Amino acid sequence: MNQIRLQIDGKTVYATEGMTLVAAAQTAGIDIPTLCHHEQLEPYGGCRICTVEVDLRGWTRLVAACVYPVAPDLVVRTRSAKIDKTRKMILELLLAHAPDAWELQALAKEYGADRDRFEQEASFCIHCGLCVRYCDEVIKKNAVGFVDRGTRREISFIPEIAAKECWNCKACFPLCPTSALQAAYVLCQALNAPPPPSLPPE
Amino acid sequence: MARINSPEELEQFRKELLSTRDPSTPCISVCAGAGCLASGAAEVIAAFRTELETQGLTARVQIKGTGCPGFCERGPVVVIYPEEICYLQVKPEDVPEIISQTIKEKKVVERLLYVEPSTGEKTTYESDIPFYKHQKRHIIGSNIKIDPKTIDDYLFIGGYSALAKVLFGMTPEAVLEEVKKSNLRGRGGGGFPAGRKWEGSRDAPEEIKYVIVNADEGDPGAFMDRALLEGNPHSILEGLIIGAYAIGSHEGYVYVRQEYPLAVENITLAIERAEAYGFLGKDILGSGFDFTVMVHQGAGAFVCGESTALMTALEGRPGEPRPKYIRSNVKGLWDRPSVLNNVETWANVPLIINRGADWFTQFGTEGSKGTKIFSLVGKIANTGLVEVPMGITLRDIIHKIGGGIPGGKKFKAVQTGGPSGGCIPESLLDLEVGFDELSKVGSMMGSGGMIVMDEDTCMVDVARYFLNFLTDESCGKCVPCREGMRQMLKVLTNITQGKGKAGDIELLQELSEVAKDASLCALGQSAPNPFLSTLQYFRDEYEAHIQERRCPALSCKELISFYIDPLKCTACMICLRQCPSDAIIGGKRQVHVVVQEKCTKCGTCFDACPSRFGAVMKLSGEPVPPPIPEEDRMIARESKQK
Repeated sequence: MNQIRLQIDGKTVYATEGMTLVAAAQTAGIDIPTLCHHEQLEPYGGCRICTVEVDLRGWTRLVAACVYPVAPDLVVRTRSAKIDKTRKMILELLLAHAPDAWELQALAKEYGADRDRFEQEASFCIHCGLCVRYCDEVIKKNAVGFVDRGTRREISFIPEIAAKECWNCKACFPLCPTSALQAAYVLCQALNAPPPPSLPPE
Repeated sequence: MARINSPEELEQFRKELLSTRDPSTPCISVCAGAGCLASGAAEVIAAFRTELETQGLTARVQIKGTGCPGFCERGPVVVIYPEEICYLQVKPEDVPEIISQTIKEKKVVERLLYVEPSTGEKTTYESDIPFYKHQKRHIIGSNIKIDPKTIDDYLFIGGYSALAKVLFGMTPEAVLEEVKKSNLRGRGGGGFPAGRKWEGSRDAPEEIKYVIVNADEGDPGAFMDRALLEGNPHSILEGLIIGAYAIGSHEGYVYVRQEYPLAVENITLAIERAEAYGFLGKDILGSGFDFTVMVHQGAGAFVCGESTALMTALEGRPGEPRPKYIRSNVKGLWDRPSVLNNVETWANVPLIINRGADWFTQFGTEGSKGTKIFSLVGKIANTGLVEVPMGITLRDIIHKIGGGIPGGKKFKAVQTGGPSGGCIPESLLDLEVGFDELSKVGSMMGSGGMIVMDEDTCMVDVARYFLNFLTDESCGKCVPCREGMRQMLKVLTNITQGKGKAGDIELLQELSEVAKDASLCALGQSAPNPFLSTLQYFRDEYEAHIQERRCPALSCKELISFYIDPLKCTACMICLRQCPSDAIIGGKRQVHVVVQEKCTKCGTCFDACPSRFGAVMKLSGEPVPPPIPEEDRMIARESKQK
């Protein structure tokens, strides 16, 4: 496979075709923060915390490093005032959901994000989709999925599948950066509770 | 009908078709588009059929339900050929008179003609009506001549001749060159040059390629694609087949939303007919070129109009956009090269092939060629679909074609480009319409929605309305769009409710910037436009809401109060009786008073008060005067007591 030479934060990096910027940066020991990214899963591009700057044909663009493919002579910057500002806002928007999630807190410290900038939202879920995608792509059971869209989007276990598959799997639990997933699971268990024994005839 | 197996057979068939139709035979065309059907066109068509039968005229007069000619405001629209006499707002009761007068006696029924509101002048012929006169109806103009349920009407006006020309006289490269030369840009929103998109697919190494019609029109108030798909489905199919030939695709899809049942029905029927005639399927017209089309019904998500979301939905997965860093014309549907164009873009293709790129490029501006169909809606006298040459000014569209603002109100802004477009103020009405021109002023062409707003429209509320729509229609996958808009909507709602605070505008600007820069797809990237453009041109309205708790348009409920001017009130009891919450007190000869605590601000009293009194007022940003003392509320009757 052809080696592709690009520049990340001033460093020359060699990558192979089809690699994403996150992967290429990793080989050079450059860290790009991610929340929805997972080695075993298809790149998703949902959280946008991995936003970086690329120079392309004289234009500077913000792109999501977890899905953007490497290209010859690409110039990439992983930190800039603009990038930091974007990441700070993304964090503040997510902290409205999960102010105590440690991953968010660590990043909030780095980017100076204010956890109380926005009013606290009811759901902890930050919609990284790790549980949904892991169950789909790795476990291949689709026991948990997204329901609805836009701001009403939520994760939800499908009771019929979850009742059969989840009790001895729970592989998604440690992936969840907040406690939203386990909460959803507990709610789903309630739906699957065995029916009450029928009352004896009087 | 037997298959047509060569261009010669097609021309022979067309000749026969022409010979069976005597051009002097009267033909009654009734618009059977969704708008006219809603105002009773089906009953009108039925009445014509019955009347023709009872009069024994069935053999001598043709009657057909056709596609939408665009003048929805005055539907049902009836056009009588060969004279092209145009009758508007026709009811079944008018039918006997039309038959006896116009068909039999060749006389015009004056009362059904178009009347110019300003002069009272009547217009007999369709093309003389101001609404039509200033248009260039290359595409939509055929609609009224075509019964979309048949294929013969389309063949009658020269249909599928461009396909024959391409298959037997042009190489795919030549087709591509012609489309490139025409500089046809995508009519769906992005305005990407169609020829370049096609070329990218053609040059892509994958052997299997797709062509797709994007008929997932989802903008509030936009219905041009619907009218084309319902009214002239074969023109879109013909364009699609030509595109497939140019890029080397043998499979196509029409992605149409299921909320358009008539469009689904007509395009499905059109595909069946085209297959039967040999315009689709194996060995089209004996050329050796194979191409099939399937209809896919979308489940009604605005975001599925976005190319990658549409393709994901076609693949049978939830309609969510995916990163577009590799363009979908190279890696699209099932990761194969896929050319996705909007309905109107495809409909332009046969015209370009038949008349040539040079003909096409004579219309329009430097960067935008040809015509564009807009759906002109909102506070406008002539609601409907208008097809105009690019480069026409907004003022001409709104005043010359649209007939201006009804009710003597003042124009305030026109919103173009759908929910993620922008609002353009009066001072920019002389702007020439084109892709780049509209973008320059902070709006966009989009798919051609044009919503006219008058002085009663609150621009902050408009921004809130569109944000609300987009929050609902966002897929929810990426943070800047889902979460950013959630917060933007909260702030905007607060402002319209009088809960705005210092710093709100800056916060909205910051959220907008992140959404524009970091969202995954065009929906999120353009979602801040309604806010940004209204802020750019109507900042004073935002400031009035936030700083003075005042809505200058007197529209935001939480910021207005209804008040009855005691000097104007004649105690007529009209508003008092109609108030649904018993918030108006008073009586005969007793000046009426709005009890502010009980008022729900529904506006019934405001509408009910006869304009000759004009006693009910809306107040904003100022305290409501205290009710006049009870003892002063009696009105002395002068005239009647005599």
